[in-house]
Amino acid sequence: MRLEYFEMVDRIETLDPVARKICIACQVPDESPIFEGHFPGHPILPGVLMIETMAQAGGWLILALLRLARMPFLAQVKEAKMRAFVSPGQAMQAEAELLHEGSGYMVAATKLLVDGKRVADAELVYRVVAFPNEVLRGQMLVTARRVGLPEIFFHA
Amino acid sequence: MSATFETVAGIISETCDLPLEKITPDSHAINDLGIDSLDFLDVAFAIDKAFGIKMPLEQWTQDVNEGKVSSDQYFVLKGLCSHIDELVAAKGG
Repeated sequence: MRLEYFEMVDRIETLDPVARKICIACQVPDESPIFEGHFPGHPILPGVLMIETMAQAGGWLILALLRLARMPFLAQVKEAKMRAFVSPGQAMQAEAELLHEGSGYMVAATKLLVDGKRVADAELVYRVVAFPNEVLRGQMLVTARRVGLPEIFFHA
Repeated sequence: MSATFETVAGIISETCDLPLEKITPDSHAINDLGIDSLDFLDVAFAIDKAFGIKMPLEQWTQDVNEGKVSSDQYFVLKGLCSHIDELVAAKGG
């Protein structure tokens, strides 16, 4: 994870397009300027970044299901619960499952786990739209390869 | 249509925290009821789930933006309910 760059995803571990589920590996860094402020003497991953991590898990699931043809943007966070602190150096898994594919929107159930224990969960709604420009689309392709999105998901 | 309207009105009332008596078949979801695009996503999700359909919102929005139809066609509730009934009938439900 590179928290300051909002790169929460290290690696896609599993991706099931039939079950519409994804599991992602996210290694919380040992150090970050974010931890210096949050909090001094008690560094923990901010809740908003736990939500962002879950959102990116759902986002990559949607990107894969749509073969990178359209871009999901987080629109709504429902009943996000941060159930436990996450500390620097911990290995997390983010899981997402698509609950509903609407027209121009998608809904996913997401959760974060550490050592198999659920530390956060939320239901997330995404707007799904055409890529606003080729710069973003191109960068998403680069990132998709970096996080290990299987090649079959690159083409419609 | 009235059963469909009752369901849709209930969804809107609960989702958008609007009194049921304010929601009529002639209400325009956006202009009269003040439902913004984000709340409308919630409404759409609830309607899709309740009726087992997928409302083609993007196509409807495109039709309105291109001037092919008035927004009343899809967003006045009696019109919305008619389209919901058509979608349900099309899926054989």
